[in-house]
Amino acid sequence: MTQPTVSERSAPPDQTPEKRGMMRTVLRHRLFWPAAVLVLLLVGNVFFTPSFFSIRLQDGHLYGSLIDILRASTPLILVGLGMTLVIATGGIDLSVGSVMAIAGAVACLRISDLPDPNSVGGVLAAVGFALLLALVLGLWNGLLVAVGGIQPIIATLILMVAGRGLAQLITDGQIINVRSDPYRVIGAGYVLTVPVSVIIAGLFVAAAALLVRRSALGLLLESVGGSPAASRLAGIQARTLILTVYVFAALCAGIAGLIFSSNVSSADGNNTGNLIELDAILAVVIGGTALTGGRFSIAGTVLGAVIINTLNITVYTVGIPSNVTLLFKAVVVVVLCLLQSPSFRAWASGVKRLLPTPSRAGGAA
Amino acid sequence: MITDTPAPVQNRPVATKGRVYRPNQRHIPVLATLALLALMYGLGVANYEGFSDTQVLLNIFVDNAFLLVVAVGMTFVILTGGIDLSVGAVVALTTVVAATLLGKDWPPGVVLPLVLLIGTTIGLAMGCIIHFFEIPPFIATLAGMFLARGLCHLISKEAIPITDGFWTSMAQERLRFGGFFISLSVVIAVVVVLIAAFVLAYTRIGRNVYAIGGNAQSALLMGLPVGRTRISVYAISGFCSALGGVLLSFYMLSGDPLHAQGLELDAIAAVVIGGTLLSGGSGFLFGTVLGVLVLGLIQTIITFQGTLSSWWTRIVIGGLLFAFVLLQRLVTRRAR
Repeated sequence: MTQPTVSERSAPPDQTPEKRGMMRTVLRHRLFWPAAVLVLLLVGNVFFTPSFFSIRLQDGHLYGSLIDILRASTPLILVGLGMTLVIATGGIDLSVGSVMAIAGAVACLRISDLPDPNSVGGVLAAVGFALLLALVLGLWNGLLVAVGGIQPIIATLILMVAGRGLAQLITDGQIINVRSDPYRVIGAGYVLTVPVSVIIAGLFVAAAALLVRRSALGLLLESVGGSPAASRLAGIQARTLILTVYVFAALCAGIAGLIFSSNVSSADGNNTGNLIELDAILAVVIGGTALTGGRFSIAGTVLGAVIINTLNITVYTVGIPSNVTLLFKAVVVVVLCLLQSPSFRAWASGVKRLLPTPSRAGGAA
Repeated sequence: MITDTPAPVQNRPVATKGRVYRPNQRHIPVLATLALLALMYGLGVANYEGFSDTQVLLNIFVDNAFLLVVAVGMTFVILTGGIDLSVGAVVALTTVVAATLLGKDWPPGVVLPLVLLIGTTIGLAMGCIIHFFEIPPFIATLAGMFLARGLCHLISKEAIPITDGFWTSMAQERLRFGGFFISLSVVIAVVVVLIAAFVLAYTRIGRNVYAIGGNAQSALLMGLPVGRTRISVYAISGFCSALGGVLLSFYMLSGDPLHAQGLELDAIAAVVIGGTLLSGGSGFLFGTVLGVLVLGLIQTIITFQGTLSSWWTRIVIGGLLFAFVLLQRLVTRRAR
């Protein structure tokens, strides 16, 4: 709300030559630090696995660590995409993990009830039903936030807690295994050597980015996030917009749930999408979207999701126990957030300026 | 120059004052929780044999003493309008560190203060990051959660049993009175609750916590130490989490990096069901105690029922959250 955005102007005048102007704009770009971290991680991997960057064609599929990272990132990219738009309006959606679990559980239950699990029509119907359910769940969230006026964090907490129970209720506490080739295609299939899940995520990201940045929609979302009251007075239908982003977030989570459960051909109400809401929020924040709303970057979120999954895979390849990834995540979050925090930058540059020339003290808040 | 626009004045009919007893607006959510608790207990007594045994009620305290302590810390944080996602991980870290050190024959007199210090330090660090660098509490404590959980796994991959004499005696010692018993953990939890309730209601820092939650800008302009208070609530929450972890390790007699998964949600749910506004500034510690009791009672009822599966707990908690959020919404709307 009162977060001042750092513009180029607000930086104290610097006596650096103009040559460094370009450098500064690159350094100041909000995606610079996330991108730098990603490159660092990828390059770091080469030391442990020299063949890290090699991508080869095998059985008509693309194979390689980079493809693995992309494939593993798809659920998080989708969930993060929805989360980005929700956060852009100043909200938050904690229920995405539960929606993932419910969507996967419903789809698998329906498919396992089919007389022939391999019938394309039946699978499509099951998938459609699961996505419809996800939309309804999103509508529930949206109504609570937009119409009920309940704080987003608590409104979606309800579905986060209850939804996990619902997913277990659907699967009866069991893990439902399905043997369905058409269903497997969503998460584990390939089209023209490219993983289907990557194509789905790519299409969604592209469509959302086009819709948001080539029309006024993105501007409206940011305006609602900046100040809902002011936007309403300016004639923006804040309520409808907020409702829409929650429905969209749930749809994204539903598709992510389908990809996830299709990839392992099973549905686990208890563990699917567990804590993914935190990862998604992390991805969004790493991507430079302000949690307070009013400023968002879809490309940043995709970058964030890829960073998180690269981190996971790096930890595996280096041979550190997988749960220690959390430690690295903590470090990455703190470092990135600090680098993006205006007050930390002011403090850091204040310290820097204080050291060589004490006469220029001050300026730092 | 843009100045703050005054809040739109709304014409509302002035409520006619009746002679009927009207509870204070601020107390309505807590009273609602109390009514719910009584109703649930009544239903339990009516439907299940042996439910009316006082020991059933005491067992809720015995089983949830650690949650109670954690929820107390969470209440402080939420009252300032923040949130602390790290509590579950700090609880787990406490159990793991305690179990590891005790396994190396460190004296309990050293281990106990040390783990409490670790928890408080983590809280303090998060508070500093939140205050000085204006990182949203959600993200800073999320990082704290990852850090603490990651440290757990780094220290130990599996559960470590605790065989230390002090710990086992704390686990087994029972205070008996008239055929009933409670564990020492309950006594500790109750003491924590009483101290915290006193601090919130009657001390300067308590007033500051409410003031910051109500409106941080105004609190700052009034000259209240916003930064110091904000940092201290996270330190308090870290301390409470560590103490909760100690109580959990008394209860479980083990340290496990997988302990207390999702505890933060239970603590938040308890605070919200207890009538504290998540936006801060309004709520009572007594409500949090009731919230913990409601969560405990749900589990007890589901255990007594026997045919209900564990996931019903979550669905019921979700439903209750919904009901309470709606109630608060109505109350605050009327109050304005």
